[in-house]
Amino acid sequence: MRLGYSENDEAFRATLRAWLEEELPALASQPARDAWDERRKWDTDWQRRLFDAGYAGLHWPAEFGGRGASPTEQLIFYEETARARAPYVGVNFVGTLHAGPTLIEEGSDAHKASHLPKILRGEEVWCQGFSEPGAGSDLASLRTRAVRDGEDYVLNGHKIWCSFGQIADVGEFLVRTDLDAPKHRGISWLILPMNSPGIEVRPLRTALGSSEFSEVFLTDVRVPISNRVGAENDGWRVTNVTLKYERGTAFVSELVDSLRLCEDLAPLVHDPGHLRELGRCAAELDALWALTKRNVSQSARGTVGPGAMVMKLAYSEARQRFGELCLRVLDREALHVEDNELVEERLRVLALTIAAGASQIQRNIIGERVLGLPKDAR
Amino acid sequence: MDLDLSVDQLALRDGISSLLDARFGTDRIRAGFDRVMFDELAAAGVFSLRTDGFSWADCAIVFEQLGRFCVPGPLVASLLVGAERIADLVEPHDGGAVWVEHLDMLDELFVLRERTLWRVDPHELALLPATWPLDPLTPVTRVEELPTGPEVPVDAGELRRTGAVLTAALQLGLADRCTALAVAYAKERVQFDRPIGGFQAIKHLCADMVVRTEVARAAVYAVGAHLDEPDQPGLDRAVSGAKVLAGDAAITNGKAAMQVFGGMGFTWEIDVHLYLKRAWVLDTHFGSGDAHCDAVATALAART
Repeated sequence: MRLGYSENDEAFRATLRAWLEEELPALASQPARDAWDERRKWDTDWQRRLFDAGYAGLHWPAEFGGRGASPTEQLIFYEETARARAPYVGVNFVGTLHAGPTLIEEGSDAHKASHLPKILRGEEVWCQGFSEPGAGSDLASLRTRAVRDGEDYVLNGHKIWCSFGQIADVGEFLVRTDLDAPKHRGISWLILPMNSPGIEVRPLRTALGSSEFSEVFLTDVRVPISNRVGAENDGWRVTNVTLKYERGTAFVSELVDSLRLCEDLAPLVHDPGHLRELGRCAAELDALWALTKRNVSQSARGTVGPGAMVMKLAYSEARQRFGELCLRVLDREALHVEDNELVEERLRVLALTIAAGASQIQRNIIGERVLGLPKDAR
Repeated sequence: MDLDLSVDQLALRDGISSLLDARFGTDRIRAGFDRVMFDELAAAGVFSLRTDGFSWADCAIVFEQLGRFCVPGPLVASLLVGAERIADLVEPHDGGAVWVEHLDMLDELFVLRERTLWRVDPHELALLPATWPLDPLTPVTRVEELPTGPEVPVDAGELRRTGAVLTAALQLGLADRCTALAVAYAKERVQFDRPIGGFQAIKHLCADMVVRTEVARAAVYAVGAHLDEPDQPGLDRAVSGAKVLAGDAAITNGKAAMQVFGGMGFTWEIDVHLYLKRAWVLDTHFGSGDAHCDAVATALAART
């Protein structure tokens, strides 16, 4: 075991740090939270700058515009961008962090060629169409239908919790292609152009007051069969590839940022009970950063531990705990949200223990896949 | 940066684990710590790891296994200050009475106070242990006043850091074994006509045990490597964090395992109470979880 980074890794860090110091002061101020057209432009402009400097898709293969960097360099990227308070991935979340990686693993050559470079250049924003009103934790019970008609599938159904649905160019959508098969064996994973006729997007207002999620209604929407990723009815397996990224690596940069929030809170803490709780929260988040490094080390070596499955559950619960502490420390200063990042974050992280697999679903998965406990009716 | 075990470290882990599995079964553990046990562990190299050239990370790997088997005795102090003899170390907080563990077995007793370490002849102290120790495998004796003795030159900071990390490694092992015991029982115990591990109420208890163990393991391994590279920033904070996480994992997993075992978990016969009681004992070694939380918060405030 070795804690320190190699000379090459440190050289990468130094170059990146210098680049960030040069770029960030020139950045325009961030647009209002729900000004979606401006946010799209701001987030994708930043993505383009990352691309031009060679920092987009660090761990993606070079043939698709990535850098082919090591997982360790990816970690350093998260450390440095969080430290410099560089923009978060924003509307590029779905494309860069889970749809893109899914295409790299499962897409055809044509899928990769037509989408991956655009995602990295900030020219294509993705949304996710997985959940439905009747298919949340029981995702595999989804009912959006796709019926073959010539070279197309014709889609009808109702999706919910589509992140960035109102501004996305493309969506990763799960549809039912076989009504008669057992529920996990009749699903397909599709690339859906969001400008297709028959798509209606209605933004939802979250408990945070924000509108990044939408409902999407699909009425006789035609999608070429060639937009299917993976075999027909094999979409549940592809879904698990997406979820592996969504529940695993997608949280890394947030985690680094959480440690920064701990530092922001520290000078405000005076009560000894709050101080002790802050120490516990920081110890937990530090340990999750160590776990992230351990997961990266293991994946570099090809060994698989339970760490990746543990990460999402532990991180989201730790953030809830820290968020609660923020409110207790701030006391009546917590009664307004505007320009009050710790309070806004407390509200935002309410979603973490629900989105991408509720904590209770994650516990089922750990119990059954890691520990081999029997499945039970649910 | 590599926080996975190397091939040599995997061999080290598996070697000590096989030895403990073959020679330190429950019956022997329940008979308590004695000189034969110490000699056997010493012959296996447990107390000479450092002088034999092993890293602190290696030591943490070995001590995790000692924890998994609930091996009793003053293991950490014997490695750190024992010089091949049975040694323990106490930290009197306010100069009052102290509870000394395993007193009748000790060759050496060291007292650590602030930055000073001194040596006491354990044979001069009262030898009447408490009749009912919290952990039946950790006998304790109340010593009203510790005599002074010859001072031993020491880096007190390093002694506390390494002591906390090796203790955290033992706690990690306890947490890991509690998970294994609970999961095995949950698969075998049938109620309402099915194995109780199928019920989400039990499954989720077990899943949380894995989560606590894996997070603690990452912290303990990382800080083991950190002790070997002390120039990396944030060592004290990492030491405290590992002690917090491993201590929580050991105690909470001990309680969770007892819950999974139900009524049997509250019997003397089932090992779970031994693990939980050891977890409570170890929380008092080299700084409690609470004290280390405070230390992490202080380190954090110092950064800002």
